[in-house]
Amino acid sequence: MKDVHVPDGFIDAPVSIAAGAVAVAGVAVALRGARRELDDRTAPLAGLTAAFVFAAQMLNFPVASGTSGHLLGGTLAAILVGPYTGILCVSVVLLMQGLLFADGGLTALGVNITNMALVTVAVGYGLFRLLLRVLPRTRASVAGASFAAAVVSVPAAAVSFTLIYALGGTTDISLGKVAGAMIGVHVLIGIGEAVITAVTVSSVLAVRPDLVYGARGLIKPLELRTGAPVRPAGDAGPAEPSRA
Amino acid sequence: MGAGHAHRLYLPGDSAVHRLPPQCKLVAVLAFVLLVVATPRERMWAFAVYAVLLGAVAVTARVPLRVIARRIAIEVPFVAFAFLMPFVANGEKITVLGLRLSESGLWGAWNVLAKGTLGVVASILLAATTEPRLLLLGIERLRMPQLITQIATFMLRYGDVVTAELGRMRTARASRGFEARDVRATRILAKSVGALFLRSYERGERVHLAMVSRGYDGRMPVLYDVGATAAQWSAAAALPAAAALVALAAWMVP
Repeated sequence: MKDVHVPDGFIDAPVSIAAGAVAVAGVAVALRGARRELDDRTAPLAGLTAAFVFAAQMLNFPVASGTSGHLLGGTLAAILVGPYTGILCVSVVLLMQGLLFADGGLTALGVNITNMALVTVAVGYGLFRLLLRVLPRTRASVAGASFAAAVVSVPAAAVSFTLIYALGGTTDISLGKVAGAMIGVHVLIGIGEAVITAVTVSSVLAVRPDLVYGARGLIKPLELRTGAPVRPAGDAGPAEPSRA
Repeated sequence: MGAGHAHRLYLPGDSAVHRLPPQCKLVAVLAFVLLVVATPRERMWAFAVYAVLLGAVAVTARVPLRVIARRIAIEVPFVAFAFLMPFVANGEKITVLGLRLSESGLWGAWNVLAKGTLGVVASILLAATTEPRLLLLGIERLRMPQLITQIATFMLRYGDVVTAELGRMRTARASRGFEARDVRATRILAKSVGALFLRSYERGERVHLAMVSRGYDGRMPVLYDVGATAAQWSAAAALPAAAALVALAAWMVP
């Protein structure tokens, strides 16, 4: 699952700047939305989630015949912490990779954020919610919807890259070839991403269902079940140790 | 990215470049890279001059060449892509060393290699001469919303903690005889990812409570400010100004 951090010079200057404007607008919307999702806890929780996305991208998964790939995490972050916070987390990860590790060109930051944060999250999370609306309210359908959302979101980012390339690509490769190669490769990548996303979401759902933002209101909250108090006959004293 | 980010780029030092305020360096690098990207690819000499300019910055900042060379490896996937371009691009074919190559594909490969490499080297110099904490202060001075810089600060501060957590999980898996051989390993690795998310998020909850108990109200107090004088701005402008002259010449000279 090699993700493509577009370097400088791949997309021409005007389109890079336009993509930067799109990215700024998208992140601005996400900033407002994230405050709604997390209120004053936004900074620490989104920060730790960004650190999680950053670390999770380091975990390599064996894909096939000796090749390995890693998670991109856009859809996963959106399902776990909400779409707006997810956009912020992935954008911050991309920003830090560009600034601290020279990974991905600085002029291509707008292109990278548009593809990997905005498009991935919008398509992935949108599809996830849509599927949950029609599927039965079970944990299996949350896992299934996560799978479908992630499997579509990665090629969607490739499609959006191809569109940007059509507008401002600096090389003379026919659009059909670029689209074919990009989308073909990313369909494969998407399958790996989807398996990881689905298993991760359902394992979090099993332990802390309240932390899966996308499944809020879907999973019944855990309730404390206490049987009818059994009082030994003839014991009138308040022997119950806890009343909570 | 592929290999992950094991080592940071920052090289402690006390050169003139190190001492410049971060916001000046950020603007300078961004302007420089934009000018490089906007330069017509046929003017090969212009890219040579850009490389010399970056070399001068590296010498002033005392960043050793091998640090830059080692870090350029991040470009490798794109170098591979660039080498494919002359074979798949459209346009007139020319014969080079007995191979039929597309002329525009060759130009395209050169374009991506030259501009991409200059961009990477400029970013490496920025990261090597600016402490990560100061870079964040710099983007905050450039009117980046405080919420973004706060998220970035937390990511920076806890990135190593979360990565170390992942390392301990790997040790635990290995000590139980786990080895990721094929696709079936994904289920187990993804469970680790789930556990890692829970540990990170719950740490976030604890960090938030600790901050609230120390009076956090949604904004971070400014403990250290990085103002920039006009002299510092103009010192930082040397690189993009020189690049602007080159770009202008490249546009004018046929």
